Amino acid sequence: MSDFTGGFWSFYISIITIASIIACAVLLQAMSTRKVSGAQAETTGHSWDEDLVELNNPLPRWWIWLFYITILFGLAYLVLYPGLGTFSGSYQWTSIKQYEDEVALAEAQSAPIYEKYSKIDLKQLATDPDALAIGQKLFLNNCAQCHSSDARGGKGYPNLTDRDWIYGGEPETIKASIMDGRKGVMPPWGAMLGDDGVKDVAHYVMSLNGMTFDSLRAARGKEKFMTICVACHGPEGKGNTAIGAANLTKTNLLHGADEPALMETISKGRTSVMPAQKDLLGEARVHILAAYVWSLSNSPGAAAAAAKPGAK
Amino acid sequence: MNFSHEMIEKNNALMIVLIILVVAVGGLVEIVPLYFQKSTTTPVAGLKPYTPVQLLGRDIYLREGCYNCHSQMIRPFRAETERYGHYSVAGEFVYDHPFQWGSKRTGPDLQRVGGKYSDDWHRTHLNNPRDLVPESNMPGYPWLAKTAAASADIETRMRAMRSVGVPYSDADIAGARKQLAGKTEQDALVAYLQVLGTALKAVR
Repeated sequence: MSDFTGGFWSFYISIITIASIIACAVLLQAMSTRKVSGAQAETTGHSWDEDLVELNNPLPRWWIWLFYITILFGLAYLVLYPGLGTFSGSYQWTSIKQYEDEVALAEAQSAPIYEKYSKIDLKQLATDPDALAIGQKLFLNNCAQCHSSDARGGKGYPNLTDRDWIYGGEPETIKASIMDGRKGVMPPWGAMLGDDGVKDVAHYVMSLNGMTFDSLRAARGKEKFMTICVACHGPEGKGNTAIGAANLTKTNLLHGADEPALMETISKGRTSVMPAQKDLLGEARVHILAAYVWSLSNSPGAAAAAAKPGAK
Repeated sequence: MNFSHEMIEKNNALMIVLIILVVAVGGLVEIVPLYFQKSTTTPVAGLKPYTPVQLLGRDIYLREGCYNCHSQMIRPFRAETERYGHYSVAGEFVYDHPFQWGSKRTGPDLQRVGGKYSDDWHRTHLNNPRDLVPESNMPGYPWLAKTAAASADIETRMRAMRSVGVPYSDADIAGARKQLAGKTEQDALVAYLQVLGTALKAVR
């Protein structure tokens, strides 16, 4: 880092660092020059318990040499690596450069693999076990937090293993959902319909998805459905994948298909967010992910065989 | 003069001075200059001080000890940037007092969790993490959704931040209580989590 607010700091660091090292060397020198003359070492002049005396020997040689080696190591380090203020060292090392080299190396290894896969059609790619293995790893790292590690989702998070799709289940549509994300908005109707009205509409929806319903309420609800809900969910309640309107004839609705769940959805509305992965993962990875997700609800082998001309 | 350790050992004042000198070197060289570096003192482009709601969420983050398991520091290693996004830079923490880098990485790093999941995801996850991630061993924090965010001392909290350099204006502080009205602690915590790391978002 050489972005100090002034030139002073570089000198400040260098001078204290160098001065400390010199001080260490001087201290070592001073402590190691005292020679032991003759056999009798110098004592500190104290004696305890009659004959216990404290000898004043220099540090052992091997120990002193370890200290000198440490000083040499420190000096070599300061020449090779950044340490002395703004001096960047003869290796020009930085942590960011090391990181970028690491990324570049990995990119060089993985780019041809992704490159190869990104040219393959999604349905075809879904038959490649190696690509699916990569896809599964990407899925577990990036998607499992919401869609669960078995991709069966949860309340509010779509199950990716069935054939019911909110935005459409074609491989290219799945890819678009992952790349750009989705934002599904069901507006709140509670204020407009009132509690009773919400319940009526809920019962009409239950009549569509085959659950037990109150036919009187459903009849009343149908009128409201045909004026309000029909705009997105269609006259038959089959929804519209182009705008992410749910197919209400199914019981596996994203936010639940029983009376309390439907009433909550209708009165308070729902906002469902699938975050965009384009910037996070990049298209090459999303391509493989889309093939993996599509393969979960389709048998790619059969599809590929059917697509092959002349197949039985 | 014959310099000897005896001279130091028998002179308390000299010994104290020398010890202070030796101990100070590390701090003088490694800590003091950080206060005079642009990369550590200038906020990165787009970094904003926490709003009152986010600031309170941050205090809840501290209170609940989230830092015991979650770090907020993506190191410049490919293994981490692949998983979390751009590595952390010092300028992102200029308004964090104290920063929540943490060191115990039991849970995932949260530096760039902002915008990664929806608000609803965070609410469900805070109430009971296993509703979303069956393998999770994070404890649930269901009481946050039932506890109103304490707004009585938000001005004090903001003034404390201002005294250590966060540029809150008087108007910011005066309007703080209104922003917290009707919020739960969970709202505040989610607001905090959703802003984490967004200043450098989507750079990979």
